[in-house]
Amino acid sequence: MTIDWSAFTPWSALIGGALIGVAASLLALGNGRIAGISGIVGGLLAPQRGETAWRLAFVGGLLAAPWAYRLVAAMPRLQFDSSWGVLIVAGLLVGFGTRLGSGCTSGHGVCGLSRLSPRSLAATLAFMAAGFATVFVVRHLIGG
Amino acid sequence: MLKLNALLAGLLFGLGLIVSGMANPAKVTGFLDLAGAWDPSLALVMAGAIGVGLAGFGLAKRRTVSLLGAPMQLPASTVIDRKLLAGSLLFGIGWGLAGICPGPALVAFSAGAPQALVFVLAMLAGMALHRITAGRR
Repeated sequence: MTIDWSAFTPWSALIGGALIGVAASLLALGNGRIAGISGIVGGLLAPQRGETAWRLAFVGGLLAAPWAYRLVAAMPRLQFDSSWGVLIVAGLLVGFGTRLGSGCTSGHGVCGLSRLSPRSLAATLAFMAAGFATVFVVRHLIGG
Repeated sequence: MLKLNALLAGLLFGLGLIVSGMANPAKVTGFLDLAGAWDPSLALVMAGAIGVGLAGFGLAKRRTVSLLGAPMQLPASTVIDRKLLAGSLLFGIGWGLAGICPGPALVAFSAGAPQALVFVLAMLAGMALHRITAGRR
């Protein structure tokens, strides 16, 4: 393993991470809800009474973030290296997988680990391992 | 108040994704590429988020009603079953393929990235597919 020190951004990572932690804590303490993006969006696809407004508000805030960021600074470049076909396959897997597994990086990774939930730890280890393995296969076995 | 709080939480969450670099797929795959030139940044994103979250959820777990008077609805399930693991594995494969998970997908879509629009539509289709197949079981 070699560390790419030129790409390493420890302070913005910690500060951005802390912001995510504040946001998740705010939703838990204020609304009594888990800030799991896949769960919040998934719930909008099957609307139930009293369950839609807070989800729409949260997603609205998420969508407003780049616009709010632009008021202060230029948006950082977002680099997409995947082909359209890969984007579609990846999106389908992420959508189906997060609903089957009841969570994603935010719900299991941030909120679940913060709650010290063994179930979320198992989920997080599973998707991290699959993520590492997939990049290894794509970059070093197929692409290498 | 509940809607306003959810809006604020979503906004801060999105800003955190942008500031931390999570909204950039190349940054995510740089972290997932252990065998290449590894960028450890995202480990610190998780550390920062969980560091703050431990305090927030530590307080939240002790309450039965939220600070704004809503019932606390934190998950109670502790079951680690095949659905949880299979779903997480499928999600991880998709995450590794494109470097995008649901939150960053929505943020990048709103930032105007056409790739994120395609990803979000596919993701919604995947969620709908799960709903259809889960209903049949």
